[in-house]
Amino acid sequence: MKKSLIIASGLALTMSAAAMVAEAQQVGQRPVQLAQAPAAPPAGASPTFDAVRQRGFVQCGTNTGLAGFARPNAQGVWEGLDVDVCRAVAAAMFGDATKVRYTPLTAQQRFTALQSGEVDVLSRNTTWSFQRDVQLGLDFVAVNFYDGQGFMVPRRLNVRSARELNGATVCVQPGTTTELNLADYFRANRMQFTPVVIERLEEVTQAYLAGRCDVYTTDVSGLAATRSSQVPNPNDHVILPEVISKEPLGPAVRHGDQRWADVVRWSFYAMLEAEELGLTSQNIDQNMNSTNPAIQRFVGATGDFGRMLGIDNRWSYNIIKQVGNYGESYQRNVAPLGIERSVNRLWRDGGLMYAPPLR
Amino acid sequence: MANGRVAAVSLPADRPVAHGFLSRALLWARANLFSSWLNSVLTLVLAYFLAKGLISFVSWAFIDAIWSLPTQDTRPCRDARAESACWALIGERNRFILFGTYPFEEQWRAALAVGVFLALYGLSTVRAFWNFRLVVIWTVGLAAIGVLMWGGVFGLAYVEQEKWGGLPLTLILATFGIAFAFPLSILVALGRRSAMPAVRMICVTYVELIRGVPLISVLFMASVMFPLFLPEGITIDKLLRAQVAIILFAAAYLAEVVRGGLQAIPKGQYEAADALGLGYWRKTGLIILPQALRICIPPLVNTFIGLFKDTSLVTIIGLYDLLGAAKASIVEPRWVGFGVEAYMFISLIYFIFCFAMSKYSQGLEVEFSRHTKR
Repeated sequence: MKKSLIIASGLALTMSAAAMVAEAQQVGQRPVQLAQAPAAPPAGASPTFDAVRQRGFVQCGTNTGLAGFARPNAQGVWEGLDVDVCRAVAAAMFGDATKVRYTPLTAQQRFTALQSGEVDVLSRNTTWSFQRDVQLGLDFVAVNFYDGQGFMVPRRLNVRSARELNGATVCVQPGTTTELNLADYFRANRMQFTPVVIERLEEVTQAYLAGRCDVYTTDVSGLAATRSSQVPNPNDHVILPEVISKEPLGPAVRHGDQRWADVVRWSFYAMLEAEELGLTSQNIDQNMNSTNPAIQRFVGATGDFGRMLGIDNRWSYNIIKQVGNYGESYQRNVAPLGIERSVNRLWRDGGLMYAPPLR
Repeated sequence: MANGRVAAVSLPADRPVAHGFLSRALLWARANLFSSWLNSVLTLVLAYFLAKGLISFVSWAFIDAIWSLPTQDTRPCRDARAESACWALIGERNRFILFGTYPFEEQWRAALAVGVFLALYGLSTVRAFWNFRLVVIWTVGLAAIGVLMWGGVFGLAYVEQEKWGGLPLTLILATFGIAFAFPLSILVALGRRSAMPAVRMICVTYVELIRGVPLISVLFMASVMFPLFLPEGITIDKLLRAQVAIILFAAAYLAEVVRGGLQAIPKGQYEAADALGLGYWRKTGLIILPQALRICIPPLVNTFIGLFKDTSLVTIIGLYDLLGAAKASIVEPRWVGFGVEAYMFISLIYFIFCFAMSKYSQGLEVEFSRHTKR
């Protein structure tokens, strides 16, 4: 309370007198509004939300090291698209994106860690699937990266479509879905293939580059990353347009705490919404006085969206100021891997990224 | 060596006795490397491959190696991938590999903690300290390490355990693993030879259960299954769970080593102690254990060395020990494919520790068995 007052008053200096009055009124009204807000569930119904608030930081489950999504940099600071989701939640909850503790999790550990309460949010390039949603008791709150399995071939083979791959030798990692999708796709299209199954990522890439197979298949993001960083001449290889599986990756929380799920979901959607509104970490301060009602709502000048979530009304401002919008996060983390936005563009640019309206 | 001695003895007696290093070396080579035409051919072929391998390794690792890069771009390293090592990776990432995600500005504390560990190991080898003073030294030393790593007092910023990593983490897991597993293993070994059926059964069950599964599954149990048994809202730190798993695992193996030592003590020693009217604990503490532990120094150290390296398995439960940090340091696209350099760097560190342990135990063995030699 005190802290948000300090932040609020500090920022108020940069705001117009009218906004200042509005802010002061809102801060003054807060306790009353919290009690009256119909959206806010009664105390005690949100164990995770309450625990996180009391603890003062977000426990975030991440990958143990995946370029672009979550990895510690040379200074040991966590970076990545998945990491930014957790930072956004921390910015929304506490007005400070650094109030996150990361728990690196392996594929086997990740769901238990969430179920047992070791982490509050699992943001670890995890595919949203029926089984995980229903059977494992998880709530996937959003999709922060749309991935899917694809094919890469050397350009000299002159292949333009995956339909032309009949009889090909395919390098693949033994993993349930990748291997199965491959077999399904070839069977569905009545084509033959010879798999070359290699366990380690480095070795499978080397095998492909050495010409032991004609095609290399894995998630498109992985193909693009391999092509941009490990191939001597990226232009010698083509990623085919066919994507044969759906891999929507997104943050997940435990079943049973809707308020916490709402905070995580809308923290991510705020990043999307900001990109749509053209708000970035650079220009959001200049837009504090914007007359655009959508921006006014976004920065918390009007409306009570933060309070409805039970957090600071400047939650979305803090997210964008400290973490940036989705596009910025993508540019910073994923674009350097050579992965194009493609389906991860905003809906109005022809992608799948679509945030429900913030109103 | 043994072969050489036999061969030297079998040389004709009228041969002039070789003096000087060179002629002795020539004699040795003749007796061991060129004793028949088959051996000569084998020696030459092996020497050729050895020299070739050594030369290409030296030129890869030292002469042609790239020690630093002018810019952030790793292209020069990639272009010369086949013939030169890229130590620029270690130059850039050494602090991450050594200290993991420990806050960058505070890493001097982690380095100091490693120094305290090394000092503790060094002091422990001094026999003058082998009494209650060692307990005091270790208590103070471990407290200092705790203060350095956690902080939160004396103006040091608090660093939560999740951020610990690299060499300090490996040393913590190994040191605490050995320090707690060893006493536990002695108790279990004694229990297994106890005359009380209940105690014996418990110890046998414990040892056989743990020895029946690989360390990986014990770690998985501790990190994946165990949290599910706890009531919601109560979580035990991942590091602590891994540490306890390592202690329990190591203790089971050490217990069998110690039991071997106990069984090697002649029955007469037990009977003599009984005849002196000593009780169980005094008999064990004064007569049996000192002899038993001396016998099993080599297998004990063998297990210690194994345990030290086994700590690297905690990578699979997502802790950034030395190996985990090395793996994470080559995740960045710029450095993908430079695993050899990172792994060689950490294997050098592992080797130094393991070799030191092995050498020290050899010295200890000689010293302890002096009374059996004339």
